[in-house]
Amino acid sequence: MTRRARLVVFLAGAGGLAALLLWAISGLPSFGNYQGPYGNVLNHVAVGARHATNVVSAVTFDYRGIDTLMEEFIFFTAVIGTTLLLRAQLAEEEEPADDDATDRRTPAMSDAVRLGGFVMTGVTFLFGVYMVLHGHLTPGGGFQGGIVVGTGVLTVYLASEYETFLRVSSPTVLDVVEPAGAGGYILVGLGGLVGGASFLYNFLPLGVTGQLPSAGMIPVLNAAVGVEVGAGIALIVAEFLEQTLQVRKKQQTA
Amino acid sequence: MSALQALLLVLVAVAATGVVLTRDPLRQTFAAGFYGGILALTFFVLQAPDVALSEIVVGAVGFPLMILLALAKVRGGAE
Repeated sequence: MTRRARLVVFLAGAGGLAALLLWAISGLPSFGNYQGPYGNVLNHVAVGARHATNVVSAVTFDYRGIDTLMEEFIFFTAVIGTTLLLRAQLAEEEEPADDDATDRRTPAMSDAVRLGGFVMTGVTFLFGVYMVLHGHLTPGGGFQGGIVVGTGVLTVYLASEYETFLRVSSPTVLDVVEPAGAGGYILVGLGGLVGGASFLYNFLPLGVTGQLPSAGMIPVLNAAVGVEVGAGIALIVAEFLEQTLQVRKKQQTA
Repeated sequence: MSALQALLLVLVAVAATGVVLTRDPLRQTFAAGFYGGILALTFFVLQAPDVALSEIVVGAVGFPLMILLALAKVRGGAE
């Protein structure tokens, strides 16, 4: 196809897409005009029926808990994929990588980074756990909190050595913890089958609205997702760092 | 639409264009992280704090982290 013909095809396609987009945008409801009945109904019903002050959590972990189960396994699959991919490459790279600058050393870590990372580790980890545990009361939840926990584990590496990071975030331990979180979600769902009517049916006491132990199975599911996501992030970081740092460590000791 | 919402929506457009126009992957990672932060602020101002939190942890932390680690690995093998 000549350049001119390609341009004609592109212009025709782009013009059609622009026209359809404009048509679609002109039919959108105006800004801030919410027309979905589902949200309004849930805002009225959820706090009374589920004792969860965060209605978003009530939707993701109760009314549409099966969706969240699937999303959790998307993340789980992504972690498995990353781990498998990096392991295969590790086996291929038996010989040490070429070092073009053998006379240069990796610069020592500054005290500012070490202290900053040291301060951040505890705060980040605690905030992540807080976010997981309070998912049914305030914005947040297992997914967001889990990533914050994983970030807290990463700051251990920033503040210290790779060896210390491995002690906190040992892949052998995480390989067990991560599926345990994913499986915990299913176990709670099966509990619904045994103690209630259907899979993911709430079978736990609802408690007093606004208190930490309340909202039935929502905080338990949040905890399961938090464990899975936190361990998953830490596992991915550990696998990446293993790949990147192995070579560098060998050079320093040699 | 309030002035703050309008300002943030404009900033989202500017930051997104900045990400596209940045060609170096390392710089692009930081541009994308900044874009994630702006997007999170926008969600927060539009009264969606849950989504804002997800956007912060994924857009401003998780995503740049994965790209940086991948870049470190790719460059470590090439150089």
